[in-house]
Amino acid sequence: MQMPKPDPAVLAAKDRVRERLEEVLPKDAVISDPVEARVYECDALTAYKCPPMLAVLPSSTEEVAAVLKICHEEGVPVVPRGSGTSLAGGALPTADSVILGVARMNRVLETDYDNRFIRVQSGRTNLSVTGAVEADGFFYAPDPSSQLACAIAGNVAMNSGGAHCLKYGVTTNNLLGVTMVLMDGTVIELGGAHLDAGGLDLLGVVCGSEGQLGVVTEATLRILHKPEGARPVLMGFDTNEAAGACVADIIRAGVLPVAIEFMDRPCIEACEAFAGAGYPMCEALLIVEVEGSEAEIAAQLEKILQIARRHDPVELREAKDADEAGRIWLGRKSAFGAMGQINDYMCLDGTIPVSALPEVLRRIGEMSDQFGLKVANVFHAGDGNMHPLILFDANMPGQLELCEEFGAEILKLCVEVGGCLTGEHGVGVEKRDLMGVQYAPKDLEAQMAVKDVFDPAWLLNPAKVFPLDVSGARRTASAPADAAA
Amino acid sequence: MTPGSEAELAELVAAARGPLCIRGGGTRGLPVEGEVLSTAGLSGVTLYEPGALTLVVAAGTPLAEVEAALAAEGQRLPFEPMDHRSLLGTVGDPTIGGVIAANISGPRRIQVGAARDFALGVRFVDGTGTAIRNGGRVMKNVTGYDLVKLLSGSWGTLGVLTEVALKVLPVPETEGSVVLHGLTPERAVAAMARALGSPFEVSGAAHLPAGPGGTPRTLIRIEGFGDQVTYRTGRIHALLAGFGEAHVEMETRADWADIRDVRLFHDIAGDVWRVSCKPSDAPGLAGRMDARGLVFDWGGGLIWALVPSGTDVRAKLGTFGGHATLVRAAPETRARLGTFQPEPAPVAALTAGIRARFDPKGLFNAGLMAPAA
Repeated sequence: MQMPKPDPAVLAAKDRVRERLEEVLPKDAVISDPVEARVYECDALTAYKCPPMLAVLPSSTEEVAAVLKICHEEGVPVVPRGSGTSLAGGALPTADSVILGVARMNRVLETDYDNRFIRVQSGRTNLSVTGAVEADGFFYAPDPSSQLACAIAGNVAMNSGGAHCLKYGVTTNNLLGVTMVLMDGTVIELGGAHLDAGGLDLLGVVCGSEGQLGVVTEATLRILHKPEGARPVLMGFDTNEAAGACVADIIRAGVLPVAIEFMDRPCIEACEAFAGAGYPMCEALLIVEVEGSEAEIAAQLEKILQIARRHDPVELREAKDADEAGRIWLGRKSAFGAMGQINDYMCLDGTIPVSALPEVLRRIGEMSDQFGLKVANVFHAGDGNMHPLILFDANMPGQLELCEEFGAEILKLCVEVGGCLTGEHGVGVEKRDLMGVQYAPKDLEAQMAVKDVFDPAWLLNPAKVFPLDVSGARRTASAPADAAA
Repeated sequence: MTPGSEAELAELVAAARGPLCIRGGGTRGLPVEGEVLSTAGLSGVTLYEPGALTLVVAAGTPLAEVEAALAAEGQRLPFEPMDHRSLLGTVGDPTIGGVIAANISGPRRIQVGAARDFALGVRFVDGTGTAIRNGGRVMKNVTGYDLVKLLSGSWGTLGVLTEVALKVLPVPETEGSVVLHGLTPERAVAAMARALGSPFEVSGAAHLPAGPGGTPRTLIRIEGFGDQVTYRTGRIHALLAGFGEAHVEMETRADWADIRDVRLFHDIAGDVWRVSCKPSDAPGLAGRMDARGLVFDWGGGLIWALVPSGTDVRAKLGTFGGHATLVRAAPETRARLGTFQPEPAPVAALTAGIRARFDPKGLFNAGLMAPAA
């Protein structure tokens, strides 16, 4: 993986930049000691590391604006960081960059149940947004699996999803407005407590722009009242085809479950060994969850079970109470931990049309044999968002590279069948060099044109999303040649 | 000009020197000068997978054709796009591309989202004649920037849509509404907030201060399976016991179509404005407009106002959180007041910058969303 070579002029200006930043921030908010800065050398994509030149931890929109204005004047690249949980390397620094962490900006600014929104500073964690309103019966719907740690800033940057987005949508469908600072320090407001844009939907393009258009400091989020109840049902099948067909039939029948999770045999076996949830040993397992009152749940589950029976299930298990519901979810929720105990693993995130599910799983199986690396599949089946976990041994020379090569082939397959490279994790650096598989140069040009307008000097998170050779001319006319990280 | 393919459309745009009026069905009443560039030649369903809730369709396909194809599989466009024809006195067939380009959503927007939330992918031709693709046909996609959202609601100013991919949803078994009578706008908005803040998944909340017969009428809609609708309307009825006389009506589809299309203002002279605001601000804002007629949708978050011709509603509203769009007016009023709410300078600069990048020759719907450069 290539990253741009650090700009010597920026590195030489480190002391001056630090002094200027210390003039606008509290002393403890500027981190320049190389040992302390190492905390920010990577995010959750730990295979790649590079300590930043400096890190700053502003506490307000005004401080963020002051930081960006200085960095803009000094020509210093800025890498925004939420909680650093990106699996795509979205917050990976370069040696000449300033990490701008929003972690100190974690306050709730306004809670409005009559109008069903909450306004928070962007460093607040996803789960603590729900935490702020759940005593009153409300919740914030997008629920990425890192929700305990991940920040709203990162959710907005990556347009994060979660297990329940089949019903509730992803971040962009639940984001009403942002306060955002542009690279030159200008503060703008997009959206608010009202719905829809009065002009161009700039909020829509900011969400998912991976910190390349501005630094979001505050967000207005839609909150919903919690359903009266929720209950899962577990189904086991002998073939992936049967499970895939069952998913399509449930969706067609007009029942809209809140989640449909899919696990294949390698994943079932690992989860079972790790968590002992009592899963049946079969080729494919579905967990389908519905919401409503007790009677509504029973009626929906009955419809779902009727459909499932047409696909010759080897197991149908309805949760009778909260304890059984918990056990049905236990294995699924511990899937990543289970994998981590067996091996190092790489988690992919491609999306495919639901109809292509059996074919894609079959071809991943074939590739697994070719590469000699095991794959476990666990994913959100209702919306086609796959999470193949490729198992490898990081201590064995060459295995990481082999794993990355295998991963790239899976993602190419996702695009080939009509899907995409990433459903909810983002491009970052991880999928950056595959962008050409999904988009023609002219398609990428149109996306980069948006960055040209928001950040003409390409200083915000510049080495992400777009392949370096594609973005090279823009990143800086006088940029040093790109070098291997 | 009515190109028959995306390639032909791209050639026409590349060769164009003068302003173009980008047109789907021409039913949304756009005040745009220039040679008409119609998408009517780009028509037909490219792909429809009911089991994946996915529809890919050429932009010029008539909306009626799309809705018929979906209905045949028991599905629909969830965002309930309004039909502008009666309100504006326009004729023609609305197209799916026009719906997305204008981000047209109806009452269900408060529950499920806007047209833009169901747009999964687009193909469009930019102002240089380049055909561009963004998004795809899958429900979760964060690969690169979301130009799908940017194009949705851009009213043809950034590019000519040639194809859209949409997420669709099943049509629920039935629907019904809790109807309240005689509420003031303040009480109606409070009642709707109570219902929308309940676990019962309200899919429409509207208030007509002078409904059919002239008395105030507030409707709160529930959709779902039969027993579910009975249960939920019953619970909401009970929840709103403190708001006076109310009853549950089944089969309120016609009422909601009327709300969606602002039927109350059809055939009545005057300008029509559409104001998006924080719901609880709605009664106060509505009171400032000297309106002859009002409809509150989206629990108050959308105000339709009928005002005397030439009224500058934005001046009456002053600064507020939201925006006011002039939907129906004489050309001179439109020219004087502008269709869209002016944006603060830094945002307007971004908008202008994006427009200059996507349409450097200034061909598309010049002057529509902001004064021509």
